[in-house]
Order: sequence, then C-alpha cells, then structure tokens
Amino acid sequence: MPDTLLEVDDLHIHFPTDDGLVKAVDGISFSLDRGRTLGIVGESGSGKSVTSLGIMGLHHGSNARITGHIKLDGEELVGATANRIRELRGSKMAMIFQDPLSSLHPFYTVGAQIAEAYLVHNQVGKKVARKHAVEMLGRVGIPQPATRADDYPHQFSGGMRQRAMIAMALSCDPELLIADEPTTALDVTVQAQILDLIWDLQQEYHSAVIIITHDLGVVAELSDDILVMYAGRMAEYGSAENTFDQPGHPYTWGLLASMPRIDEARLERLVPIKGTPPSLINVPSGCAFHPRCRYAGFTDGRSQAEVPELREVAPGHLVACHLTGDQRRRFRTQLDLEETEASAARMTKGDG
Amino acid sequence: MITFIVRRLFATIFLLIVVSMITFAIFFLIPRLAGQNSYELATQYVGRNPTRAAVLAIEDKLGLNAPVYLQYARFLKAIVFGTHYNSGTSTTYCPPPCFGYSFKTQQPVWPQMVSDIPVTLSLAIGAAVIWLVGGVTIGIISALKRGTLFDRFSMGLALVGVSLPIFFTGLIALELFSYKWPIFPNVQYVSFSTNPLLWARNLVLPWIVLALLYAALYARLTRAGMLETMSEDFIRTARAKGLRERTVIFKHGLRATLTPIVTIFGMDLGLLLGGAIITEVTFSLHGLGLFTVEAVQNQDLPEILGVTMLAAFFIVIANLVVDILYAVVDPRVRH
Repeated sequence: MPDTLLEVDDLHIHFPTDDGLVKAVDGISFSLDRGRTLGIVGESGSGKSVTSLGIMGLHHGSNARITGHIKLDGEELVGATANRIRELRGSKMAMIFQDPLSSLHPFYTVGAQIAEAYLVHNQVGKKVARKHAVEMLGRVGIPQPATRADDYPHQFSGGMRQRAMIAMALSCDPELLIADEPTTALDVTVQAQILDLIWDLQQEYHSAVIIITHDLGVVAELSDDILVMYAGRMAEYGSAENTFDQPGHPYTWGLLASMPRIDEARLERLVPIKGTPPSLINVPSGCAFHPRCRYAGFTDGRSQAEVPELREVAPGHLVACHLTGDQRRRFRTQLDLEETEASAARMTKGDG
Repeated sequence: MITFIVRRLFATIFLLIVVSMITFAIFFLIPRLAGQNSYELATQYVGRNPTRAAVLAIEDKLGLNAPVYLQYARFLKAIVFGTHYNSGTSTTYCPPPCFGYSFKTQQPVWPQMVSDIPVTLSLAIGAAVIWLVGGVTIGIISALKRGTLFDRFSMGLALVGVSLPIFFTGLIALELFSYKWPIFPNVQYVSFSTNPLLWARNLVLPWIVLALLYAALYARLTRAGMLETMSEDFIRTARAKGLRERTVIFKHGLRATLTPIVTIFGMDLGLLLGGAIITEVTFSLHGLGLFTVEAVQNQDLPEILGVTMLAAFFIVIANLVVDILYAVVDPRVRH
C-alpha cells in the first residue's frame, strides 16, 4: 500500500541579499511514499541542499522567503511555527550530512551526542537514553558499541563517524531520512558500506529516504525516483529506470556522459558538461541551461525566451525542455552513435 | 590524563629553572660580561655615597666575588631553603623563599612583597570576574543579535574601551565618583578579613576601570568566536536533532567558543597577578605593581629581582593551569 509521506508542491526558497535576490529553490514539486527513495541530483549550487534544508527548517537566515507547500504526513510545514518544526526535527524527520567529522561536536562523546537526540524527543532518563545510544551504535555496525560510545568523534574513523551520524539520525525512528551527500567525504571502499547500511535500515524501518548527491552512481544504486535539479528548478523527474534508460533532458545526458561506468566494457571517454553552473541571482533567461546546451539552437529561440514547462514524456516521467519528442530521440541516438564511434576509434588506435 | 598532568608539571618545573637562570644572568652575569667587576656591582646594592669599607662588606656578604656558577647555586638554594648572609661577625638571616636582601631598606625582599600580594590578588581577581562575566555576556548577545542596535552600540563601546588607557579612565572615574559625587570616597586597600564590605566598596572603582579594558577585548573575542562557532556544521547537526535553540547556543555553541577564551584568560590573569602596574599607581593601591615602580625608582636591585621572579612564577603557573584546563575542556588535547 503506497502511502505518501512527503509532498512538496511548488516550493520556492528565496534569499534577499545585498547583491540581489538569490532564487536558491524556484518551483520544486515532488512526492515521496514510505519505503521509497528519492535521489536529488545536480551540480553544486543547483539548490538540492537548500531544498532539503528547507524541508528540515534548517535553511539559515531568518530572512529567507519560503512559498509553496511542504506536507509531511499531511501536516503543512511552510508557515508552521519554529517550535513545531523543531519538534518534528529529529523525531519524524532526520538528516545526515556530508562531512561527519565537522558535523559531530568535537567536545562530546559520540554516545552522549546520540543519547541527546533521543532525550529531546522521549521522556526518559539519561540511563535509558545511553542504553539506546549504545544499541543504535551496535545496529549501525560499530563493534563493541558499549566502549566505543565513550569515544570522542576524533577517535573514530571516517566511515565510523558517518555510521554514528546515521545512528544519531535514526535514534527516534524518523519516517523521513534526508541524506545530504552522505558518502562524498568518505573513502570509496567505505562509501559502498554506508550506502548498504542506509539501504538495510530503510528496509528495516520502512522509512522514506531522500538522497542528495552529485554522484549518479550513488543514486543509481539506491533510488526509486530521481529528481534532476538545475539552477534551483526541476529539469527532469521520474522513476530511476526511466531517467537512466531514457533520459529526456540534455542536462541529464550531460550528467550521464560525465559519469564513469564500469558496467560497459568500452573505453569510454568521460565527457564533461561545458561551462559552469549559473549564478542563482542572474539566472539565464528562458531555460536556465540554454547557455551550456548543445541543442538550444533547435528550438526556434524558445530556449532563450521561455522557461520550459515540465511535460510528461512518458507516464510519470517529467522533463522541462523545449525539444520535441522526435528531436529528443534523434539527438539521443546521435549521441550514442558518437560515443560508440569515439570509443571504437580509440580501441583501433590502441590496437595499432 | 594523569600522565598529561605529570608531564606538564615537570615541564613547568624545568621552565621555572630556566626563568631563574635568565633572571640571575640579567642581574649578575650580564654586568660582569659588560666589564663590571664585583666591587662595582656591589656599589649598586648599597645606599648613596657609601664608604669603601661598606661596599667591600656588601661584596663579601653577597658573595659577589665567588665564581658565577657558585653564585647561581647559592641564589637557587636561597630561594628554596633560605640563607644566611655572613660578613665578618654580622649575620643576616633571610628565610625562604629568599629572593635577596635589600640593603636599602635593610630587610629581606620577600616579607615586603608578601604584604602586597593580597592587594594585587584582590584587584586582579575581582576585575577578572567582572570582565569575564561582562565581556563574554556582551559578546554572546552581540553575536546572536548581529547587526542590531545592541550589537553596534556594544561593539562601538568595546572599541572605545580598548582604546582608552587606564590612567585616563582611572583619573576620570576618580574625579567623578570619588570627588564630585563621592559614591566611592578615599579609595584605599582594606584587607578582606578586616572588613569585607569596605574591601569591596573601595575596590569597585579600580575593578571597573581595569575590567573595562579587558571586557572590551573579551566582548570582541567572544563575539567573533561565537559567530564562527554558530556557523559550524556541528551546530547544524544539533539543530537537526531538534534541540531547543537555547541548548544549541549554550551547550553546543558556547562550549566551543569558550575554549580559546579560557586560554587567553589564564594568560591575562597570570600577567596581572605580577602587578597591575598602571591601575595600582593610578589608585595608589600598594600592590606588587606599585612595589615594582618604587623598587625601580629606588634602583633597589634585589627588590626588582624578587618581583621579576614572582611575576614570572605567576605566569608560568597560569600557563600550567591553562594547559590542564584545556585538556579538561578539549578531549582532542588529552590523547
């Protein structure tokens, strides 16, 4: 039974600054069921972190302007009192961050920090909280949790710190877990372990998970749905199969081409997306991606002039692009062809 | 933790020995290297226009004609065990810790200093409490209300506080609150045991004047530290847990902010215990600072030496306390 836990509808988060209005999040909508995972993908500055911080009520700056709706289990969070959101934070929704060392307080033991999260939301004594913290540490795979609970963060390895962060986030059985680049600061070998852990715990708790990352490999492994963000807007939104197998937005094509793949035996060359992400103060006119897009010239100037609407290209698969379906198929085939030719050429050269 | 403390203790003792060597060298070795013989050195320890016999007697009494290493050994021994100054038939006993014997006042140095220590101690500690509480509180509020009228006003005031010298604020305070409106008339030291109320009342002006300077400094330090800490990732984590903002600020933010401030506080207090010279002179409080000034004016070398050693001792001890405190506060230092 799919039951929706989180519904985000037309979310805008704007920050007025001295230099102008920063439109960090500009019209984002998605929904997430219990037990499902949403991957939010995008480059730095695409607004993916601000979206998640906005849901948690952690976007800093009291001058931020939020409009739209965030409904957690039917409860509207936009415009809710700070105290109500605080009560939900850590209990109903929890978050883990990119750098576990700087995200843990250096002066308190790991156990105390986890127990603290449990204590705020539960009417229990310190002993019970501590017992719970040790239990949580054990559950996320820390060996000898009872002794390690008295260690300080600097005595933990990078992977163990992230495990401790996960233990802290899950200590009150949250229904929504947001992981903001959970593996970016970790060794490659540890990354897989942490992702496995998140997967296992999600199965166990039947919680909804949002994974924010620029690493498509991470998303491919875990996500049911994928939201591709560009310049604070939605570029593409759909199921993981659709987005990976029939990506509809040229930006997604670029992201996929720039990702190393080991499932294909070709000596594929990584293709970077040319240019840099736009400033969120001066977002390009029309489609924000058009200055970097190879295909912006095929839309009769609409890419430069009109902000593309999200259109359904397949059931449940939304793409914000002015290209027609035919054009999209043609360019996509062309791209695949180019790739194959390029790698074939390299292989011949390698042989000779 | 215990090994850490023991290690620091040994280091401290070593440091004190080095301090004694340097001080000794300044007073006894350098004049010699500069070409003074022991007779000329001895003339500086007697009163004005001495007879040749008197100088020779002092030279003999202080053992200035002995080899330098022997003199240093005697100097150290005197500090630890006390010593007898012998010359012919006359013997003068100088009990430990003997920092020397002043021939100008005809007394050992230490007993004269001892009576001045409580004055400086009262002044420094009272002021320290005021500036620590005041400065840190203002700094925290300023950081939390950054950009508001309170922040701008208090930081402006802090700038004024740092810039105004004590002899200026001190005299103004005396003029206003001691003479014009005699709320705190005739400021003079009354020992705590005699009359605690009077002790406090008479020290209020010097405390505030001395504290003003440091409070301004600490307010700025705390504000800067607090602003930095509150943008740390672990503060975001604390908020993500759903902690109350009060807990986030005081348990997580303040703890990290105060650590470097504890260090600076220890050093400042140690320095002040050696004599808050300007404040003491301004308010005519006879503490170690005024003692130092008088010793320098009278060119009383044993007294200068004594007060130098004592001030160095306070600073070294303050250092030790700070190190241990730091290890208590910051677990990363312990391991």
